[in-house]
Amino acid sequence: MFASSAGMLNRHQKQVHALDGIDLDIYEQETLGIVGESGCGKTTLGRTIIGLIAPTSGQILFDGQDLVNASKDAKKSFNREIQMVFQNPYTSFDPRFTIIKCVSEPLKIHTNLRGAALTKRARELLEQVGMPGEILHRYAHEFSGGQLQRIAIARALALNPKIIVLDEPTSALDVSVQAQIINLLQDLQRQFKLTYLFISHDLSVVQHISNRVTVMYLGKIVEQNTSEAIFEGQAHHPYTQALLSAMPSVVKELRRKQIILEGSVPDAANPPKGCNFHPRCPVAMPICSIAEPVLDNSGAGHPVACFVVNPIEKSTDEMIQ
Amino acid sequence: MNAPLLAIEDLHVHFNTYAGTVRAVNGVSFEIRSGEMFGLVGESGCGKTVTGLAIMRAIPSPGRIMKGRIFFQGEDLITKSESEMRDIRGGRIAMIFQDPTASLNPVFTAGYQISLQITQHRHVSKKEAKQLAFDMFSEVGLPHAKSIYNTYPHELSGGMQQRVMIAMALASGAELLIADEPTTALDVTIQAQILALLSQLRESEGLTILLITHDLGVVAETCDRVAVTYDGHIVESGTVDDVLYQTKHPYTQGLLAALPDTVRHKQSLEVIKGSVPDGLHSVSGCSFHPRCPKVMDICLDQPPSLIIVGEKEHSASCYLYMEETA
Ligand SMILES: Nc1ncnc2c1ncn2[C@@H]1O[C@H](COP(=O)(O)OP(=O)(O)OP(=O)(O)O)[C@@H](O)[C@H]1O
Ligand SMILES: Nc1ncnc2c1ncn2[C@@H]1O[C@H](COP(=O)(O)OP(=O)(O)OP(=O)(O)O)[C@@H](O)[C@H]1O
Ligand SMILES: [Mg+2]
Ligand SMILES: [Mg+2]
Repeated sequence: MFASSAGMLNRHQKQVHALDGIDLDIYEQETLGIVGESGCGKTTLGRTIIGLIAPTSGQILFDGQDLVNASKDAKKSFNREIQMVFQNPYTSFDPRFTIIKCVSEPLKIHTNLRGAALTKRARELLEQVGMPGEILHRYAHEFSGGQLQRIAIARALALNPKIIVLDEPTSALDVSVQAQIINLLQDLQRQFKLTYLFISHDLSVVQHISNRVTVMYLGKIVEQNTSEAIFEGQAHHPYTQALLSAMPSVVKELRRKQIILEGSVPDAANPPKGCNFHPRCPVAMPICSIAEPVLDNSGAGHPVACFVVNPIEKSTDEMIQ
Repeated sequence: MNAPLLAIEDLHVHFNTYAGTVRAVNGVSFEIRSGEMFGLVGESGCGKTVTGLAIMRAIPSPGRIMKGRIFFQGEDLITKSESEMRDIRGGRIAMIFQDPTASLNPVFTAGYQISLQITQHRHVSKKEAKQLAFDMFSEVGLPHAKSIYNTYPHELSGGMQQRVMIAMALASGAELLIADEPTTALDVTIQAQILALLSQLRESEGLTILLITHDLGVVAETCDRVAVTYDGHIVESGTVDDVLYQTKHPYTQGLLAALPDTVRHKQSLEVIKGSVPDGLHSVSGCSFHPRCPKVMDICLDQPPSLIIVGEKEHSASCYLYMEETA
């Protein structure tokens, strides 16, 4: 996905496969949670979907139309339909801008609203996210992280999008403020029939908000299932199991026997041979360091990329290819 | 019951800024017993880090300890001279932070830094220091201790850097480790490794740990006792079982109810209205009263003091429980 130069003295550019063969469907009005460790490609996936990054290969279909190879005009209209909210509310806005400037920016680019009509719409957006309309002429630096995140959500709603990519929208916030934002997101989803792609490393938040969950490891999807199934005993990939067991919780019934993984996440620029997870996998088999498992329903009844779950015979065809 | 290794009594730390006096720590008291893992938990800005720095007597300017006592093994650290503190700091008491890169010097190898730390705090030769460094690196689960010795901090992952910091604390003979959000910047699976390491060191080395965190789940799974901070003071403290499962203070109750894992899927979460005070504008009476769902008239007058509300010194500072005892 990215060309990065490996070291100052190295003349050869090296490809970083930040995303590698991602196959993902998002359904209307659902919340799809994306979890995985730092650097596994969650943000890259979000940015690719909203068109900030062009994939090296592959396509993204929105209502059946290809986003990647679309004409300029078509891309502009897709931009209205898919919005993104980022993790750090403090860097989402220029602190010297007034709130009206922050919120109405997309309206100025994409609509003909100006003057009083623009102000009216900005005020309406702020009220939808629980902020008083009077703050329009105050400056971004005057607001707390939680308030700025509400304003960022207001901006994302400005063009009535269908999909919002939420990249760790509550990670920088305190627990009590996180709860306010999560409730707000759920209310807005019902009210405006929104579809969310919810990226987070906090499994308890993902469990709470998502209908389905996609687990990523080093640029690849390793497991996908409904949220209930993943969190209530139907996690099959050894990485998903380790991730769940590591999730600390105050709820005693939710505590699982800890599986402590050895080592750290490998570098995306130098992925291991075979299954990306095999160097840390507690149940790795010899095949895992040779061949790459693909997502397959056969072993668990839902997509899992693992030779332990989908025994070799069943996956042989894909492996030979 | 173990004697307290550390006892903090009525600690006050203020920062005199252009905007006014920030009361970062406003009457904090708690005790840590030898060999326990004690959690200090609270939301951003509640004074957790400043409390940790006060124990080290390392408050940055314009901050000052205004009042209070900090007894470590029975000696009041507040009365120690700067040279006495230099021995204790990084020696008997060590502190590690959320961002290990800020504590490690990027231009020296991990080995050089740990050896320096050892020779400053222990009377050993360079050769012995190097051997001790190898031992500590393996103790904290760093593979290939010899090659780690010669690597620079940036060549190590966040989890490995945090292990180096823990090794440095152990190597200089720390009895109390203040770990300030040691896993907040790490992935969950790496967090689990580091927390398991801390628990293991507590068992094997008898290390006492003050774990500063905002994550109640981490406290629930690793600590023996806990103190909950709000606006620079302790609102509730006691054993983890009492504070998290026999919760008394409305703030602690609110924090627990706001956690997504305590509610069923898709239902809305309980919220604590408003936000944490900024320490600059003091709130009259109990500083939680503007956000408290159980606020009473009396809460607006005087700040409540921390009183015993249950067994095993379970304490809370809340008027709801004062009438019962009065
Ligand atoms: N501009 C870039 N140039 C080179 N490599 C990049 C770039 N952006 C991201 N990467 C690499 O792509 C991989 C995926 O990064 P990404 O930011 O998508 O991860 P993430 O899952 O969002 O992680 P986090 O949880 O830390 O936010 C990483 O290995 C990262 O180093
Ligand atoms: N150098 C400083 N100058 C002025 N105020 C400061 C300084 N350091 C800390 N404070 C203030 O002291 C208060 C307590 O800060 P502290 O860093 O202890 O919070 P914390 O509980 O550790 O929060 P976090 O969870 O965000 O780390 C805050 O209001 C902070 O703004
Ligand atoms: Mg990211
Ligand atoms: Mg802090």
